[in-house]
Amino acid sequence: MTQRAPAWQRYGDSLALLAGLVVLWWLLSRWAGEEALTGPAETLARARELLQSRRFHGHATESLTALGYALLLAALGGLGLGTWLGVRRLAGQVAEPILVALYALPKITLYPVILLIFGLGLPAKVAFGAIHGVIPVTIFTLNAVRTIRPVYLKVARSLRLTPWQAFRTVWLPAALPEIVSGQRVGFALTLLGVLIGEMFASQRGVGFVLINAIGLNDVPTIMAAAFLLAVFAATVSAILLKIDRALHRRTARA
Amino acid sequence: MAGPGTRAGAAHAVLRGVTRIFPPADRGQAPVHALGPVDLDLARGEFFGVVGPSGCGKSTLLEILAGLSAPTEGSVTFEDTEVRGSPPDGVGVVFQEDASFPWLSVWDNVAFGLRRAGIDSAETARRVDHALGFMGLTGFARAYPAQLSGGMRQRVCIARTLVLQPRLILLDEPFGALDQQTRLLMGDELLRLWRDTGATVLLITHALDEAAMLSDRIGVMSARPGRFIDMVATGWPRDRDSTIVSDAAFGEITARLWSSLRAESLKALGAVP
Amino acid sequence: MTRAGWIRIAIVLGAIAALEVVTQAGLVSRHTIIPPTAMAAALWGLIGSGEIMPDITKTLSNVAAAFVLSAGGGFVLGLLIHAAPRLRRALDPLLATYYAVPFFVFYPLLIVIFGMSDLPIIVIGFLFGVVAMIIATLNGLDRVPRVALKVARLSRMDPVSIALLIKFPAATPYLFTGVKLAVAYSFIGVIASEFILSGAGLGFAISYAYNNFDTPRMYALMLFILVSVTAVNMVLHTIEQRMLRRRGLAR
Repeated sequence: MTQRAPAWQRYGDSLALLAGLVVLWWLLSRWAGEEALTGPAETLARARELLQSRRFHGHATESLTALGYALLLAALGGLGLGTWLGVRRLAGQVAEPILVALYALPKITLYPVILLIFGLGLPAKVAFGAIHGVIPVTIFTLNAVRTIRPVYLKVARSLRLTPWQAFRTVWLPAALPEIVSGQRVGFALTLLGVLIGEMFASQRGVGFVLINAIGLNDVPTIMAAAFLLAVFAATVSAILLKIDRALHRRTARA
Repeated sequence: MAGPGTRAGAAHAVLRGVTRIFPPADRGQAPVHALGPVDLDLARGEFFGVVGPSGCGKSTLLEILAGLSAPTEGSVTFEDTEVRGSPPDGVGVVFQEDASFPWLSVWDNVAFGLRRAGIDSAETARRVDHALGFMGLTGFARAYPAQLSGGMRQRVCIARTLVLQPRLILLDEPFGALDQQTRLLMGDELLRLWRDTGATVLLITHALDEAAMLSDRIGVMSARPGRFIDMVATGWPRDRDSTIVSDAAFGEITARLWSSLRAESLKALGAVP
Repeated sequence: MTRAGWIRIAIVLGAIAALEVVTQAGLVSRHTIIPPTAMAAALWGLIGSGEIMPDITKTLSNVAAAFVLSAGGGFVLGLLIHAAPRLRRALDPLLATYYAVPFFVFYPLLIVIFGMSDLPIIVIGFLFGVVAMIIATLNGLDRVPRVALKVARLSRMDPVSIALLIKFPAATPYLFTGVKLAVAYSFIGVIASEFILSGAGLGFAISYAYNNFDTPRMYALMLFILVSVTAVNMVLHTIEQRMLRRRGLAR
């Protein structure tokens, strides 16, 4: 029986930890020199500059568009494929090790193939992001559907639900928590895929801003863009995590 | 001082005023008074059964006696030495859950405690082989727990406790997960073990017939906070076995246990959120 | 081999054969994809000539270093964090959002800190792998059965013996998941860094071949990475299945 800490303490501890990391960052920048590692205050100032500049808006919009399409493809594709593989037991057994092997592969090595097929531009970025995201979404969905407790399905059958009713009222709610976990992992990887795509072969997008700054050794811009990306990614991820945990708590069994 | 659980004679283990209060799980909640105060004297070589409604603190009582947790108030004495939150020598525990280690073979599971105690390997081998034979596990020495049935795994856990030659054996619903026939047979083995070793046994169970069949004396506990509300002496001979379930006295004992327990079980049921 | 296993092999072989037919028949340009047999032949030639050996050695030794650091470091950090519940609660949101942050953007800064060497790449591989191992370790330690710890206390074991003889073996299935992820993430981190930012290693060699329109060489190198990553995974999978079967957990 562990005692649950009060909310202020939990958030307070996390904030204290974050503050500690910022102090560490500041000390590191003092030690390495401002031109090697921009400190927290200067990074924030540069980030504000970026956010106010029209050019950066263009790049950010480009990245968000690519991310949006890629997420759509990864989320829906993974959901459909995962559900199918979860229902078809043999197909799932055949496919799962292949999916796991693909997940472990450094997919960046395949990027030239994507470029050769799609050419430079938005479609290649979207395809690359979607390839990164679709595999974990599929694996999670497959497992979510496969591990629905058989007794639930028997209940659905004994109540003579139609396939659609059974899907909507039993399958989906039972598998939802794990499906959301998969979407969360899928989001992180899709973003990574889109960024790598932009860094390697694109003239637009936040990834391009980064690689350009790396080429020019423009440390404040690298830091500011990385900072903005981290804040964006962490925020979306935190929201998904909140939904994820709420769903898991609801279905947790004693 | 003499409550319903105390008895004159050579006491092997003594509980006096034992109480356990758990701190609240969340701020603003009340602390949970789980157990007591409980007084109990266990005579050397006695087979003592404990029955009570679910959540009445039976397992808490066992853990305090085993030295796995400390009482909030009161004292526990085993062989004239006070036990306080650290397991004393000579006490063995069999848990309800499967406590066999899946990463060790049956033989290594049974040898686990002996090795920790620094017993030499020849003596370890002798004792383990004997315990495996006694529990009917000889053919499974090299198997892993996952290859065995639930009943066989529980035998492994009993054998692991047995090889250490405990003088007080505590069993927390050891047959709870088994089917009725297996339970009766395991009960017979437990009686044989008790007779052969001369150990004192405390058995917690939720099955009234199991308590009635195995025990010399049965303590009936109330709903939370658990206290002893009745003590039933069975008067069975020492060389009994599961055939006594057809004895007329068996029905009377079970009936008396249920009449003491019925009101408490209803209370416990209502207390479940 | 199970029925699913045979079907899987048939599918993989079928896909390779289909690619071979499609490319040989000229349905796809040879500048886009070359036949699998040509990939294998090109790889054979590269290995025979020995010219990519320095890149292979560099990449594999960096991956190995990143893996050892992330698996070992992740396990020790996991043990420490598990022992401090308050720190763990505070870290929890950071760990959960960690993989959403693309770290290799910090590569130039790592070069400033660690100098122009293999170290920045190893550090990125480590940063990729270590958190997966920490999370797996925490998961495993959470699932050590309480009753096993009670048995340990009854045997009056000291904390070090409990960690080595009870917690470690009980958590092994979860630790293994962490080890597999640490291997995969070390590969991904190292090769991605080489690909985008470095001047040596297999990742760089692929990027260089692509930029010079040397398609056979590019595919040969991809094939090498694909085969070596898959081989490592299959070895790990076999060991894992053996352990899980013994514990009755195999699927």
